[in-house]
Amino acid sequence: MTPWIPPTINLWEASISAKKDLVIEARNLTKVYKMGEVEVHALRGLSLEVQRGEVMSIMGPSGSGKSTLMNTLGCLDRPTSGEYYLDGESVAEMNDDQLADVRNRKVGFIFQTFNLLKRTSALANVELPLRYANRSENRGEIARQALEAVGLGDRLDHKPNELSGGQQQRVAIARALVNNPSFIMADEPTGNLDSKSGDEIMRMLLALNEERGVTLIIVTHDPEIAKRTRRVVTIRDGQIAEK
Amino acid sequence: MDYLNSLVVALESLMANKLRSALTVLGIVIGVAAVIAMLAVGRGAQSTITGTIEGIGTNLLFVMSGGSSDVTNPKPLTLADAQAMQDSFAAPSVIGVAPMMQGSGTVTAQGESTSTMLEAVTPQYGPVRNIELTEGEFISEAHVLSRSAVVILGPDVAKELFGRTDGVVGETVRIDGQPFRVIGLLVSKGGSGFTNEDNRVIVPLTTAQSRLLRRSTPNRVDMIIVQAASSEAVPQASEEIAAILRGRHRTGIGADDFTVFNQQDFLDTAAAVTGVLTIFLGGVAAISLLVGGIGIMNIMLVSVIERTREIGLRKALGARKRDIMIQFLAESSMLSLLGGILGIVLGWLISVAVGAVAAASNADITPVIGVDSVLLATLFSMAVGLFFGLYPANRAASLEPVEALRFE
Repeated sequence: MTPWIPPTINLWEASISAKKDLVIEARNLTKVYKMGEVEVHALRGLSLEVQRGEVMSIMGPSGSGKSTLMNTLGCLDRPTSGEYYLDGESVAEMNDDQLADVRNRKVGFIFQTFNLLKRTSALANVELPLRYANRSENRGEIARQALEAVGLGDRLDHKPNELSGGQQQRVAIARALVNNPSFIMADEPTGNLDSKSGDEIMRMLLALNEERGVTLIIVTHDPEIAKRTRRVVTIRDGQIAEK
Repeated sequence: MDYLNSLVVALESLMANKLRSALTVLGIVIGVAAVIAMLAVGRGAQSTITGTIEGIGTNLLFVMSGGSSDVTNPKPLTLADAQAMQDSFAAPSVIGVAPMMQGSGTVTAQGESTSTMLEAVTPQYGPVRNIELTEGEFISEAHVLSRSAVVILGPDVAKELFGRTDGVVGETVRIDGQPFRVIGLLVSKGGSGFTNEDNRVIVPLTTAQSRLLRRSTPNRVDMIIVQAASSEAVPQASEEIAAILRGRHRTGIGADDFTVFNQQDFLDTAAAVTGVLTIFLGGVAAISLLVGGIGIMNIMLVSVIERTREIGLRKALGARKRDIMIQFLAESSMLSLLGGILGIVLGWLISVAVGAVAAASNADITPVIGVDSVLLATLFSMAVGLFFGLYPANRAASLEPVEALRFE
């Protein structure tokens, strides 16, 4: 089997000379899981670059390695081999606590199931990343501004079960934004919403990109969602599928 | 994350599952309450017993017959032995010698009958044992010399026979069928069961020897109580008495046919016994605290599994291992601390209740809750919470964020 040479490798050389502002720079990522005796190759030498301010969607059938790529880019997991630079910082070799720190400062997560803390007010939910960042000064104020930015300035003290699905996802967006991350990783952000509020959430995410230049990566299997992003990356068998 | 805040978060999460938290706390409450109450009752019993022994008199030595089994011809203690101990040249440290005999008898009067302890003594018994009378007078030298049929009644005996505890002097009672004139009434000292000092009668030693408590050897006595001049003189007095008795009984060196007990020996023995009792009770109670700790561990493990997704989320948002660890340890130690505080209150209530029950049944045990046992219980319950919380907390902190987030 001839080794697969990533087509971006020369582009990457060129990128340095072009001084592109890269948020994500992943080279030759592999990820191998052991399922009992069987080794599962979830990523097979995948390389990817994401520029600051880009809007990108990652698509792919289940089992394609899409989730593994998301977890790796989101610093939730380490690749088995390969290099990953996030804002120029090498992440692939970091220990658990360093990864936690990178997630806290540089990655804003948005989940399909919102993942808000029950019995905790919207404000406290949004404050959570600030707490883990050990930022005590006007934490409440920063969180309040983030909630106002997503149009929930009047719902600060509401608990998640007192909010609609769309509102809950907006709280999650505020939480993702509150630490000014390098990029937002949204995993099926509209998957649990009706089409109207799903559309609202998509528009809000795209607007954040337009107005604030927030880098956005959306993992989805919905082509309608993917169509609305400028760049679509399709994963198949742990590699980026040729267009 | 700041510690104060993690305590608030822990409290919130415990309040979210009120019934479960309450039941878990209950395990610790019972454990701590049991420890506190048992230690308190044990100490109460200890001080009661110590008080009783000290109430017998001060600086006393108790000489009894019987000692080493090597003695070929052991001799009993006699009145003559007691008289020899009063020799102020041979025994300068001794200020009082009270030979006595003990037994039991049936006392009857006016058709009423009661069985009671019988003490046969000499006049010296009064000062040596701090005998106090509400009325009448103590046994005199004349009573002893003339073998008078006179008796001093304990208040319980008087109440039993005459239905009153005053104006009984001059009455006549029968002890084992023989008439005795009542010449005095003892002051009530309280107590019950085998330590009841109120249920006894006191008669002259010689009278008892000839009429009530017959022994094979004439002039034999059961025990000689010796009072030393001061507490410092007690060991010296003990030596002097032993020397006198060895000379009189002609025993070989190192083989005494008598035994001298020191009051301090009794105190030490009693303290040792009640100490063991207290430790035993406390130990049994500590086991329930351990069970409570296992309850905490159990519930924390359930809680970790239930909140796997929450842990995953917190990690995704940047929580480090330590942050999760602190969060769960805060919860478990808060459970146990709460249990500890409630347990101290409950233990105190139990102690008060035990004291009240004891007082009602004349046992007169006053439970003593020491600051040390409160501190011990608090620290121990905190330690239980931390120890049994450590494993679940570590389990939570070690969860892989990816797996935890995927957990359904």
